[in-house]
Amino acid sequence: MNEFDLIIIGGGPAGMAAAVSAKKAGIDDLLILERDSVLGGILNQCIHNGFGLHTFKEELTGPEYAEKYADMVREQQIPFELETMVLAVEKLAGSNKKAVTVISSMRGVQTLYAKAVILAMGCRERPRGALNIPGSRPQGVYTAGTAQKLVNIEGAKLGREVVILGSGDIGLIMARRMTLEGAHVAAVAELMPYSSGLKRNIVQCLDDYGIPLLLSHTVVDIKGKDKLEGVYIAKVDEKNQPIKGTEEYYPCDTLLLSCGLIPENELTVGAGVEIDPRTNGAIVNESLETNIEGVFSCGNVLHVHDLVDFVSEESARAGENAAKYILKGSDHSGKVLAVKAENGVRYTVPSKINTVNLSELNHIRFRVTGVYKNVSIVVRSGETELLRKRSQILVPSEMVDLILKKDKFDGLNDDISVFIEEVGQ
Amino acid sequence: MYDVLIIGAGVVGCAAAMELSKYKLSVCVVEKESDVCEGTSKANSAIVHAGFDAKPGTLKAKLNVQGSKMMPIFAKKLDFAYKQNGAMVLCFDKADLPKLDELKQRADLNGVDGVSVITGDEARKLEPSLTDEVCGALLAETSAIVCPFEMTLAFAESALQNGAEFKLSTKVESIEKNDNGFSVSTTNGILDAKIIINAAGVYADKIHSLVSSKPMRITPRRGEYLLMDKAAGGVVSHTVFQLPTKMGKGILVTPTVHGNLLAGPTAENIDDKEDLATTKGGLDEVKAKGALSVKNIPFGKVITSFSGLRAVGDTGDFIIRESDVKGFIDAAAIESPGLSSAPAIAEYLCGIVAKLMPLEKKENYIDTRKGVTHFNSLSENEQNELIKKDPSYGKIVCRCETITEGEILDAINRPLGATTLDGVKRRTRAGMGRCQAGFCSPTTMALIAEKLGIKIEDVRKNGVYAERRQDHE
Repeated sequence: MNEFDLIIIGGGPAGMAAAVSAKKAGIDDLLILERDSVLGGILNQCIHNGFGLHTFKEELTGPEYAEKYADMVREQQIPFELETMVLAVEKLAGSNKKAVTVISSMRGVQTLYAKAVILAMGCRERPRGALNIPGSRPQGVYTAGTAQKLVNIEGAKLGREVVILGSGDIGLIMARRMTLEGAHVAAVAELMPYSSGLKRNIVQCLDDYGIPLLLSHTVVDIKGKDKLEGVYIAKVDEKNQPIKGTEEYYPCDTLLLSCGLIPENELTVGAGVEIDPRTNGAIVNESLETNIEGVFSCGNVLHVHDLVDFVSEESARAGENAAKYILKGSDHSGKVLAVKAENGVRYTVPSKINTVNLSELNHIRFRVTGVYKNVSIVVRSGETELLRKRSQILVPSEMVDLILKKDKFDGLNDDISVFIEEVGQ
Repeated sequence: MYDVLIIGAGVVGCAAAMELSKYKLSVCVVEKESDVCEGTSKANSAIVHAGFDAKPGTLKAKLNVQGSKMMPIFAKKLDFAYKQNGAMVLCFDKADLPKLDELKQRADLNGVDGVSVITGDEARKLEPSLTDEVCGALLAETSAIVCPFEMTLAFAESALQNGAEFKLSTKVESIEKNDNGFSVSTTNGILDAKIIINAAGVYADKIHSLVSSKPMRITPRRGEYLLMDKAAGGVVSHTVFQLPTKMGKGILVTPTVHGNLLAGPTAENIDDKEDLATTKGGLDEVKAKGALSVKNIPFGKVITSFSGLRAVGDTGDFIIRESDVKGFIDAAAIESPGLSSAPAIAEYLCGIVAKLMPLEKKENYIDTRKGVTHFNSLSENEQNELIKKDPSYGKIVCRCETITEGEILDAINRPLGATTLDGVKRRTRAGMGRCQAGFCSPTTMALIAEKLGIKIEDVRKNGVYAERRQDHE
């Protein structure tokens, strides 16, 4: 009863898309494990629109987008268990089986077994402590996602005068949300000289409401004993250090933090999967398979995405590849080429490619290290250029998705480099 | 009319209440905050010192050594986390080596066992992460780490189950001495008592001066700390102190009893008894000094920083005695090693009370107490039995620390239960992990709101709810 072909950890957009495609590819004996009380993950609290333009060619809210996938899961009779949390994943010695220890009120603590596992646990927010903001620790300081859950799911009324630190997408969305809730958002302060959120969110959530975005600014002190009373915001220099004398006091009762998302890979690390320090996600190959055979990773637990459509697409590939692994096993016969992030490229997913396992269309996803204007994205192996693509602007907040046909890789012997090249005069 | 009224529900007040509840006395603890363990007791190094540091002949020395010996017994009986991990005092300059011998002599005079002076290499053999600058160390095997929240709660709950009363969210405003004892005006009405024990921490001087004309001065000394992720918890296994260096008084680096890594504290005298802010300068100092002791402390894995206030007196020693006002007992200036000494301070206070009124032991005193079940520490079989009995233990609320809904409900519903997010955190560790309550706080807030019958946005992180009386009998 506790043996499965495929266990998918996480019933958010990544897990559901992976499950649907694995089922389509012929895997019937599968199970989704979700720790929340509903499918959909973080989408359930994202009640704004803007989801699904790529996947469904229409603009949906987060819950609507989630519901479309949840409908597919139910229609295809894919089993899922809610309020079930995975405590550990372990590859059994001398076998290809993976042991998945779960806890739920129904099962208690139990170990399930699977031929393949897809890790789709998503990410979490960087908390105040990790940001090292000095000051007192009053009530009224929330990460933006926690505030979003409190406001949108629990119906809480959080505050009237708001400052937001960090211009991540959730922070931008919450700037608008708090405004619609009747609060006044005094400013969004961003440490970097550029926003870490999508352009469209800056326009629709800040500009449209007259909320100032203070680039190269950060919160340097937090005031208030029991309840938050205000924050000091200062300008920072090119090394991101606060400049003395530029501090300005903002009275506020709510401070939201939107300072980065961290893939939640405790299970992954516990399983012995190698982590890429650049993404905090697993190191994966072209099949989105980790260093442990039959353990795949996709969505925000692999690397933080900015569009859910990209999560779904990537996760569908993970589902397909897991199905292929279960049905046909691994093929190690091909040549393995490393994919290297070079000039201007912070990381790539995948970071290695086994040519024998390539699909007709292959994705290389990455983010740039800074703002680049009027440049070319180049993919090269030795002397062979696989791709050269002009781009007017590249920003760290927008993931780049390159698609390469299989035949581009024919006969390659050298590792693959991905880099940004200034366009010559 | 109470026999004894204790002002302050920190570790000293709660330990005293527990000790006094062994006798046929009516005892009441008043506390201005909404929970026990809200002052100095909640933000400190969480060390049970061996007792080699205090000057021989002082109360600090005597009570520290006694307390340190009592602690493992209490930890077992009252179910709080305690681990004897040993400590080292590091020396970085050969010229300072004689200071280690002085500490060793103090240890001998104070009656501390298991203390020896070792070489730098011997120290590095025990603790491979120590820096090459370490040229010698004092090793104290009986030093231990403890959970100060659980410890204070354990004393409080033990006192409560033996008949002591607790009036929380109750601030003392004035005290009147009369023929029968004292009449104490609080925000929660007037309380009469024959004897008062002043265990008000950094406010002990203010409480003292409500009845006594003899001056007392308590200076809050702020100490800033950095707490690191459990992934960094194995960097050292001993508590690592420093001899003072040219950078000033040293700081410690220690594992916590729950497996995190803690570095701090700074020491800065301040005026404001409420100022728990951290500062960039303070946190930078902790990092710089920590690096003297231990190589590559992973400061990138800091999950939170905090400040605590030590209640520093003007005598250099604890002030524990009947004041110039008959029946008014000070338990003041309980700075380090106060946490370590708390059970011994309580016995000592009991001795003072015994001189003022006859003490008769209760026959039915309960000397054990069961804390919130820590699901994560149970065996798989025990976990499954618990879930079968109560399915709420099958629901994980805090992912980082694997804390179940059952534990949170227990923390809220038990006697002297939590009414704030911090209260739940101190009892269960929910929210104490690497996401710092990002995921679990909405659920925890909803559970508290339901219990208190309030709106979710009115659930407090800490502090006092207006118009909410909190009497526990």
